[in-house]
Amino acid sequence: MSLLDYFRSKKTNTASTAKERLQIIVAHERKRRSGPDYLPQLERDILEVIRKYVDIPADQIAVSLEQRSDELSVLELNVTFPDEKR
Amino acid sequence: MAKIIVVTSGKGGVGKTTSSAAIGTGLALAGHKTVIVDFDIGLRNLDLIMGCERRVVYDFVNVINGEANLKQTLIKDKRVDNLFILPASQTRDKDALTKEGVERVLNELAQDFDFILCDSPAGIESGAMMALYFADEAVVVTNPEVSSVRDSDRIIGMLSSKSRRAEQGLEGIKEHLLLTRYNPERVQKGEMLSVEDVKEILAIELIGVIPESQAVLNASNSGQPVIMDKDSDAGQAYLDTVQRLLGEKVPLRFLTVEKKGFIKRIFGG
Ligand SMILES: Nc1ncnc2c1ncn2[C@@H]1O[C@H](COP(=O)(O)OP(=O)(O)O)[C@@H](O)[C@H]1O
Ligand SMILES: [Mg+2]
Repeated sequence: MSLLDYFRSKKTNTASTAKERLQIIVAHERKRRSGPDYLPQLERDILEVIRKYVDIPADQIAVSLEQRSDELSVLELNVTFPDEKR
Repeated sequence: MAKIIVVTSGKGGVGKTTSSAAIGTGLALAGHKTVIVDFDIGLRNLDLIMGCERRVVYDFVNVINGEANLKQTLIKDKRVDNLFILPASQTRDKDALTKEGVERVLNELAQDFDFILCDSPAGIESGAMMALYFADEAVVVTNPEVSSVRDSDRIIGMLSSKSRRAEQGLEGIKEHLLLTRYNPERVQKGEMLSVEDVKEILAIELIGVIPESQAVLNASNSGQPVIMDKDSDAGQAYLDTVQRLLGEKVPLRFLTVEKKGFIKRIFGG
């Protein structure tokens, strides 16, 4: 890559970055709003328990409660573990 | 039947009061009897933007507490027929507005007015909740900027869950997106979220786009709602917005970079 290309490519489109970040956080917050009030605390508690064993950052855990039908709700827990376990 | 419209946003400083003053004045100019109610208790500002700050005697909280009646409290606009202002109180008591009190005042206003415009305070606390609770329609004022868009989404969530219409299982509040302080030049350069971007994220109907404009500061300096500056871009954009609120189909304007004319290039525009 030439020096000229380097300076050209540096001019990033910050609006598209803003849009991507917003789409993710807004979707996340909408999901949380539609769930029960205890969900955030449940998420924190689960995070604490897992952190006793593995050091994971807060954004690597996602808890969601999905109502599949009138009688069935599914609690989904998604944890991304780091490569190296302690 | 009076229509109650809340002008709300979550985030502060995005243009709620500017928009309330402009839209309220526009509705009155179109012949509808309109009252603009300042819900920003403790931070009264609508009076300044409307240019009636020296005429405030009683306020919203006085009416709720029965210390004055509406007739004594409402300020009649001197320029536009059919336009009235109900000023906010300067009290520091955050709980001065009660749901029962607000409902009583709004019901009384509803007997007399076609439109009741509620200028909401910032935040998602009780003041903002009070302003949106009784609304039939909402103008969600948003700037093309990450924190404003996110806060608008939270307010949209509240409109559909915490309002009277939601609680009583009525038809939901009609939500309108009003994008303000829009700068087409920066959008073109990829530095600012575009109308399409914000529409896509918030997914509510667009009622208008108000450009970032010198005219707004000039208007507030002189206590004249910007919609009365008919030659200005922002004034015209608000006029279009009011027409859309009234159900007319009006094309969007001021979305593209305008080429500077010869005169402007020489003398600066
Ligand atoms: N379209 C616009 N162009 C330029 N400045 C604006 C525009 N809309 C609002 N402003 C300015 O932004 C500031 C905040 O506006 P205001 O209406 O008081 O916001 P809010 O009521 O949401 O706190 C004011 O200084 C106002 O003059
Ligand atoms: Mg305000």
